[in-house]
Amino acid sequence: MIGDYTYTEFTSILAMQGFAGLTLFSVFVLMALGLAIIFGQMGVINMAHGEFMILGAYVTYLCSQFFSEYLPSLFSIYFFFAMILAFAASFLLGMLVEWGLIRFLYRRPLDTLLATWGLSLILQQAYRSIFGAREVGVTLPDWLMGSIALTDIIEIPINGLFVMGLTILITLGVYFAMFRSTWGKSMRAVVQNRTMAGAVGINTKMVDRMTFGLGCGIAGIAGSAFTMIGSTGPTAGQLYIVDTFLIVVFGGASSLIGTIASAFSISQAQSTIEFFLSGSMAKVLTLLTVVGILMLRPQGLFTLKIRR
Amino acid sequence: MRQKTISPFSITRRALLAGIAVLPALSFASAPLRAQEVATADANTTGLAVTDDTVKVGILHSITGTMAISETGSVEAEKLAIDQINAAGGVLGRKIEYIQEDGASDWPTFAEKAKKLLVEDKTAAVFGCWTSASRKAVLPVFEQYNGMLYYPTFYEGLEESPNVIYTGQEATQQIIAGIDWVVREKGAKSFYLLGSDYIWPRTANKIARKHIEKLGLKVSGEEYYPLGHTQFNSVINKIKLKKPDVIYAIVVGGSNVAFYKQLKAAGIDMAKEKPLLLTISVTEDEVLGIGGENIAGAYASMKYFESLPNDNNKAFVAAFKEKWGADSVIGDVTQAAYLGPWLWKAAVEKAGSFDIDKVRAASPGIELTTAPEGYVRIHENHHLWSRTRIGHARDDGQFDVVFETKDLIEPNPFPEGYQ
Repeated sequence: MIGDYTYTEFTSILAMQGFAGLTLFSVFVLMALGLAIIFGQMGVINMAHGEFMILGAYVTYLCSQFFSEYLPSLFSIYFFFAMILAFAASFLLGMLVEWGLIRFLYRRPLDTLLATWGLSLILQQAYRSIFGAREVGVTLPDWLMGSIALTDIIEIPINGLFVMGLTILITLGVYFAMFRSTWGKSMRAVVQNRTMAGAVGINTKMVDRMTFGLGCGIAGIAGSAFTMIGSTGPTAGQLYIVDTFLIVVFGGASSLIGTIASAFSISQAQSTIEFFLSGSMAKVLTLLTVVGILMLRPQGLFTLKIRR
Repeated sequence: MRQKTISPFSITRRALLAGIAVLPALSFASAPLRAQEVATADANTTGLAVTDDTVKVGILHSITGTMAISETGSVEAEKLAIDQINAAGGVLGRKIEYIQEDGASDWPTFAEKAKKLLVEDKTAAVFGCWTSASRKAVLPVFEQYNGMLYYPTFYEGLEESPNVIYTGQEATQQIIAGIDWVVREKGAKSFYLLGSDYIWPRTANKIARKHIEKLGLKVSGEEYYPLGHTQFNSVINKIKLKKPDVIYAIVVGGSNVAFYKQLKAAGIDMAKEKPLLLTISVTEDEVLGIGGENIAGAYASMKYFESLPNDNNKAFVAAFKEKWGADSVIGDVTQAAYLGPWLWKAAVEKAGSFDIDKVRAASPGIELTTAPEGYVRIHENHHLWSRTRIGHARDDGQFDVVFETKDLIEPNPFPEGYQ
């Protein structure tokens, strides 16, 4: 007996709580990855990140409507199509935004902040005009909403497993794209020395556009996946933006490993404190700790060592 | 969407002349209609926007920003009520014209627009606000310029302004009957209180806790999550560990969707009622976002459900769907918003005047037998006597009404022993 609970109860809850922490970790990584790529590689602070996520969510909503109407036999696997389309839609919109807005502002980081914030407002109102002010309900295939009962008490939510798998897949994909492909090489070359990269024949403008598009595309996938755990409405993107920035800044802006480490520490801290104290208290304590650490280490957890 | 007002300068001279020529004929034609009614000079001694044929009112809700999700239904209901009143001859023989302003989910904007509606537009009444924060922001404006606000949302109570009529339930009306029901019918012994972290859920849970403890039952947990929180796995684990009979949930906004989806994903089947879920913050409007299949089996305690079988409600639902589309749903607050214009009309006609002071004096005791929720009456404290009902959520996003209080419940915004 531990407190009022039996030993099995206690260990079961420990296991489920561990799983909850891992789910939160995956969610955080998925949220932050796109932003981290854009911020780290291009120095652009994309305030419209949340709205790109919601674009993915709305694409998923449209897919669910389309499949239940026209292809009900394939409804159980529509989610995979939806994620691909969500990526495509946000990727294209991202490239368009880079072409029409961001590329004029590369040497003015504060202006990009303001411009992308304006963009986020525009997108929110666009969603509101197109889909209505109310939240939409995304119907999910049944197999995604259930849970696996391991013992009487331990139940593992399938959507948690799904998000975890997806996060691993995307992270690996990004790793290969950045560190094992020609395009990744050009991108890193541009980050390290733009003039020199241009001189050796890399199309730096195209690299910028692709990078921004990729970051937005990943946000779109994240948004699509989050229809399983959250709401889909014109302003729902705002729910994620604070946590996302927190993770990217805490992790050290230009390091993917940093983003992952920071997502891990923040999610574990948060879910543990939430369990022992309350939700609001967990947020306060997490934020205080992060602020404290950032005061001692303003560059974040990890930094890329490059000559400037 | 602002009401278009035609500036005289935009009319061509010829049209103006033609208009002048028609004027005597018009006033002659409508003269017999107005003869038995109150002259404008008598009905309006304080310079409100009242003419011989029209009276201006304001609609003040957020149609942009976060709160647009919730406030859209209220705007639709108020416009429907105004249309119906106009079709039935208006108020004291005058057609209602509304001026709509957008509070934009921003509380200072609400105050600014309220001032505009009262000072510039001289509206005779304003129907609006949704969150307590927006109401608190406009309250000084309405008190300073002596306006009349009809406020539709169920809220935490602890307020009674001479310039506001509260058409939603205050907290004790909504909460106590619900808890009594779940204790009596479901044999609940322990409660887990959960809410979003702001004034309404905290005050409401305070009342709930006092009442539960008065009944000698147990509160096994109470906690709050920041607005917009989307991760509820930890609290769901805690609930599983503590095994309460009832989860008493007052989660709002985007968090609502996350909470119910994760509850379902974690294997808590609400249909089994172990634990049972009772909420006071989910209406048909919220279910649209949550998805009926994710909340089916939960209970909600409030004064109105779209499925109420009485004739008033059937007519109201039909009219609402005809005007705003067959897909639209009607939640508790939407119905309360619909009562606003009707209660105002009744008070104006009882007073025989649009003057705010006379309308206020006439308001207590005003009854509405045509209300979709059934009979309501305005109390001395400007809240409504109303029944509380328990709805059982269905797959299709509607609620089955499984219980309703026998008597009207007296509004008690300052409940002694609950603060």
